[in-house]
Amino acid sequence: MSHDFGLWIAALLTLCIFSFLYKDNPFYKFAEHLFVGVSAGYYIVLNFWTVIMTNLWDPLVKAFSNPGTFSPQQGDYRALLLIPGILGLLLFTRLFGKIGWMSRWALAVIIGVYAGLKTTGFAQSDLVAQVQASLQPLWTGSLGQSISVILFTIGLICSLLFFFFSREHKGALGVASKIGVYFLMISFGAGYGYTVMSRVSLLIGRFQFLLEDWLGFK
Amino acid sequence: MGLESIEKLDRRWLFLLMGLLVLGPLIAPIGLPLTVSVPVQGFFDTVAKVPDGSTVLMSCDYDPASRPELVPMTKTAMHQLMDKNCKVVVTVLWPGGPGIVDQTLREVMRESYPAKKYGVDWVNLGYKAGNEAVMVVMGQGIANAFPEDYTSQSTTDYTKLPIMRGVRDYSSFPLLVNISAGYPGTKEWVQQVQSRFHLPMVSGCTAVSAPEYYPYLQSGQLQGLLGGMAGAAEYEKAYGHGLKGAATKGMDAQSLAHVFVAICILLGNVVQITRRPGGAA
Amino acid sequence: MKREIPLFITAAIGLYMILSFFVPHQFVSVPADFLQQCAIILVAFGYVLGGANALRVNFDTIYKRQSGWPYKAVLVAGLLTTLIIGLADGRNWQDETTRSMWIYNRLYSPMQATMFALLAFFIASAAFRAFRIRTVEAGLLAVAALIVMLGRVPVGNWATGFLPHWAQLGTVQEWIMNFPQNAAKRAILIGAALGVMATGLRVILGIERSYLSGED
Repeated sequence: MSHDFGLWIAALLTLCIFSFLYKDNPFYKFAEHLFVGVSAGYYIVLNFWTVIMTNLWDPLVKAFSNPGTFSPQQGDYRALLLIPGILGLLLFTRLFGKIGWMSRWALAVIIGVYAGLKTTGFAQSDLVAQVQASLQPLWTGSLGQSISVILFTIGLICSLLFFFFSREHKGALGVASKIGVYFLMISFGAGYGYTVMSRVSLLIGRFQFLLEDWLGFK
Repeated sequence: MGLESIEKLDRRWLFLLMGLLVLGPLIAPIGLPLTVSVPVQGFFDTVAKVPDGSTVLMSCDYDPASRPELVPMTKTAMHQLMDKNCKVVVTVLWPGGPGIVDQTLREVMRESYPAKKYGVDWVNLGYKAGNEAVMVVMGQGIANAFPEDYTSQSTTDYTKLPIMRGVRDYSSFPLLVNISAGYPGTKEWVQQVQSRFHLPMVSGCTAVSAPEYYPYLQSGQLQGLLGGMAGAAEYEKAYGHGLKGAATKGMDAQSLAHVFVAICILLGNVVQITRRPGGAA
Repeated sequence: MKREIPLFITAAIGLYMILSFFVPHQFVSVPADFLQQCAIILVAFGYVLGGANALRVNFDTIYKRQSGWPYKAVLVAGLLTTLIIGLADGRNWQDETTRSMWIYNRLYSPMQATMFALLAFFIASAAFRAFRIRTVEAGLLAVAALIVMLGRVPVGNWATGFLPHWAQLGTVQEWIMNFPQNAAKRAILIGAALGVMATGLRVILGIERSYLSGED
């Protein structure tokens, strides 16, 4: 059994959270609220030291204490970093109702950057590359493999047709979308199986911690 | 125990049974044999093909919640890369991750590669907020996104971090090893880095995410895929060297738990069918 | 102007980011890189804002002695303690021996892991009480789930080891993942990509304005 005080705290908090399985109780509520508070505090500290100080404050200090304050170059934007600095501070106006509209400028920058990045990212890798990979020869030389590839292609087309809602799913479109639903159900079933594996793994991890680290059972 | 009592069973009995079935094999292992699957073999083979001594980028995008699935993958990947005398540059894009990632890496290096030096053979650049934006900024320059490493040393000070001398942008790496728990993770690395900068990549991910990455595997955007604890265990087996990590030790418990959930599904439906009006009561 | 300026900023930056994907010239790539650096810094400020908001909301609950206020006091105490210790530890707050890392290793890490571990129990309970096979579609889902669940772990191949290799659960599971499952997932991926592209363009062009929120 461990003699580390911190490890005992970790183990007891683990058991407090597990106590929820019996029923909701003050021990669980205490651990839950402590977790939320510690998480929020940790996130503030992390982003302060690793981003705000490192990527904003230090370069600004360097820019204003060395020549070339307003001579930015790639990777070293010097005084231009005042822009995200001021916008970041404007984000906090959200907490004050009347001047909250000023935070929209910072939000607009974030939304603009990510909208642009995601549009091109999805287009290249999830649309173009995936369609390209789907254009594969239906005959591969082996009968079993070829049947699988044909099934794959039928499944892909029918599943795509299921998501076409501009026409009512009747007639040929109705049959195709029904087949698409069957393929989608198989994929959801597979996803469920993997989800079970994931959740059980997390439980195994906690039990390994309690057995090995806390109780010393190796 | 009649069907009626099974139908009305307090769920806490199910919780207890689940707990015991997971606990049992952890105390008394069964030793069911593992088979290495094709995606896992692909991961192992791709890492094995990396030229010895080259610098590899590893992005560990997870937090303590995914420890049982992803920490074993990280450890085995570090083992495989260090055996090839590769240098490893590590980044973290999840806020909850830097602590656990650093501990995992230091544990591997301390126990198995004490001669390897931090800053020379491996470096942990730590966490950066920004998700996809960080990935694209790294494409212009790794040090642009990470001016300091996890220990607050400047990444452009090559006296302290000699490994960074040979690291400019993605062209400095032959491979990206991504271990991820969700967003940001494999999908974003594929979208922003693999497709834009054509950096070959392999992925280790939680089981929840694994099914959605199979299209990337089939299209060649991913060269290999480890899915969940089973993937981690198979990777440990593929690596060999007598490594019996936490993932392998957990597979017996995983097996029993899966059988239990399968029985729950079947039993629940049998009870429902037999208790339907007009059916045998 | 309170809405028009942000809409213009979003449009200009969004279009510029799309342009930077196609044009590698430094006149485009350097400003795009700067904008991405801005986004990194602003996201970090966003996290700090989230923490500050949590503090504000919970202070309010404690002050007004609303239901559950003692637990909110625990939350606020945890937040402030972690924050003060983290700031006091300085730049090297992530070193192994600091008080901040003790909080991370002994409080944050185990509690977060355990919160998610609870789901394993609920998934078993839900499998028994809620997973009902009433239609062909649900039956397909159940069969696929059972095959994948059992085939992915060692017990699947152990139980079907006497069968030829192609009929063993592990092989069947892998075939399901590579073909029917893959087909549907790819369809979802392509459909989602089209949706994201459409939404991205709607946001950039100012048609989608929900992120602005507020009345003025």
